[in-house]
Amino acid sequence: MSFVGRRLLQLVPVAVGVTIVVFFMIHLIPGDPALTILGIHATPKSIAILRHEWGLNRPLISQYWLFLDRLLHGNLGQSLIYNVPASTLILQRLPATIWLIVYAAVIAILISVPLAMIAATRKDGIRDQVVRAVPLLGLGMPTFWVGFLLLTLFGANLRWFPVGGYGTGLVGHLHYMFLPALTVAIALAPVVIRSLRASMLTVLGADYITTARSKGVPGLRLFVRHVLRNAVIPAITVLGINIGFLIGGTVIIENVFAIPGIGQLMINSIFQRDFPVVQGVTLVFAVMVVLVNLLADMTYASLDPRVSFDR
Amino acid sequence: MIDPVVGGQFLAPGGGPVAELSRLPPDRSTPRRRTWYRQPALMAGLTITVIIIGMAVFAPLITHYNPIAQNLNDTLQGPSAAHWLGTDELGRDVWTRLLYGGRVDLRVGFIAVLFPFCLGTVLGSLAGYFGGWVELVIMRMVDVVVAFPFYVLIIALVFVLGPGERSIYIAITVVGWVSYARLVRAEILVAKRQEYVLAAQAGGLSNLRIMGRHLLPNVISQSIIYAMSDIVQDILAIVTLGYFGLGIPPPTAEWGSMINEGQSFLSTHWELTTIPGIAVVIVGLGLSLIGDGLADLHRPGQS
Repeated sequence: MSFVGRRLLQLVPVAVGVTIVVFFMIHLIPGDPALTILGIHATPKSIAILRHEWGLNRPLISQYWLFLDRLLHGNLGQSLIYNVPASTLILQRLPATIWLIVYAAVIAILISVPLAMIAATRKDGIRDQVVRAVPLLGLGMPTFWVGFLLLTLFGANLRWFPVGGYGTGLVGHLHYMFLPALTVAIALAPVVIRSLRASMLTVLGADYITTARSKGVPGLRLFVRHVLRNAVIPAITVLGINIGFLIGGTVIIENVFAIPGIGQLMINSIFQRDFPVVQGVTLVFAVMVVLVNLLADMTYASLDPRVSFDR
Repeated sequence: MIDPVVGGQFLAPGGGPVAELSRLPPDRSTPRRRTWYRQPALMAGLTITVIIIGMAVFAPLITHYNPIAQNLNDTLQGPSAAHWLGTDELGRDVWTRLLYGGRVDLRVGFIAVLFPFCLGTVLGSLAGYFGGWVELVIMRMVDVVVAFPFYVLIIALVFVLGPGERSIYIAITVVGWVSYARLVRAEILVAKRQEYVLAAQAGGLSNLRIMGRHLLPNVISQSIIYAMSDIVQDILAIVTLGYFGLGIPPPTAEWGSMINEGQSFLSTHWELTTIPGIAVVIVGLGLSLIGDGLADLHRPGQS
């Protein structure tokens, strides 16, 4: 299977590029990184230690090699605040983030598929116009603002859902994470609805649909068995392309709903100026996006035999 | 109503309509009702956007309050004749802060879109036109940037560079150019095989001239359409950075920080949080409508 091989080979430059970007983050700091990171109360000794540890006295290339060497040994650096490896902090918080991402993706699909079906079956009708207005409004809504509104309405006023936290056990997670996942899904749905509607319209115009219709396949059955099956593949691809958006949204939402994931860790570390942890989280986020995209491509290729790999 | 040639002339002259026609044949089966409906989308979007920009620009004429002047005797008041939308926790007039906040968010949003637009267009043109290792290097750079979630990279960059307007422009440029590069490259890959480009090449015109004068005017429209939704994304990013305290520093009125400051009073004064968000949504609606309208002018008959 040469598709898989070539796709994996393509990961190499991306992986190298990602590590370069994360490495150079430290060097974008205006002035002396060690001084800026440790703040005004830093002692000359602590500055010297940090400089030595990060190899800041060495040439840039050898600093990068040091960074890469540590990375390959699973060392993301030491948290300046908690004095534990950044990887430990990240691994502790990763499950909550993955939960949120998967939950949000599922809700986004549950919202988008029926709405896209409603729109596509009556093209240009009232229902279609209403559904097509959703992205116009939805794309302009700040995610954290939607979170506040849902939090106020369903959390604080109606008390249907908790106002923050992660919950325990499967049911607890599903309950606690519903509003955050819904918020991310609302941000994602407009994009998915748009493309799903378009791909459904394409499928509806295909010859095999006309054939199925003329055979007398009833409406709903036609839609589920013939249209949805073929229209869902492009929608999954769109979801894969927007995985960066989905994952980025969790950074914001984890902070609104106080979910102990790596997005919250990132923002907390920013306020504590804990650079190694910020670097580590950024890297982990990029790795997640790359892996999910790879997975989406593989799924796509195995579902659709026509896929060949040339760009 | 839209003649495809007129639709094509939305692009700059230089063979645009002809090239456009040969690539995207007009859909004659499209009912007239549809194109009639589509024109108002553009007009509605323009109307909304012009009104909002006008309100921001003429803010000092619309309200006589100072957006950052505190009045601790009049904190957290409800709407009244003196304060149309009430006051915030420091007694500042919310309506005034909303107008002045629009000045900041719209200005930064519109400026921020220019840098990635230009950079992405140039790099995308080079990649599409020359191919080979130029394309390889540029497209691998695209892959790397795309690997980072939008907000993660923006937040990380602004954090490292320090909060403020300059950092916002840099961060948005670094993250945003890839979309334009991809769009322009894809368009150029198709357009460079057209007869008018071959003719220009045969005529001995320089590559720079062919790219700038012949190709770019024909491929830029997709980017302009995309830029409309990109401005919305940029304004959302600015507002989100404001929420995290990484955007425009206080006390400057800015929609994101207004939402953030209202957060503490969500249970008693929900309007402090809700109103600036609605302003963002309206701006997004206006710009999205313009984008949709332009897209339909450009591709008549398609939805």
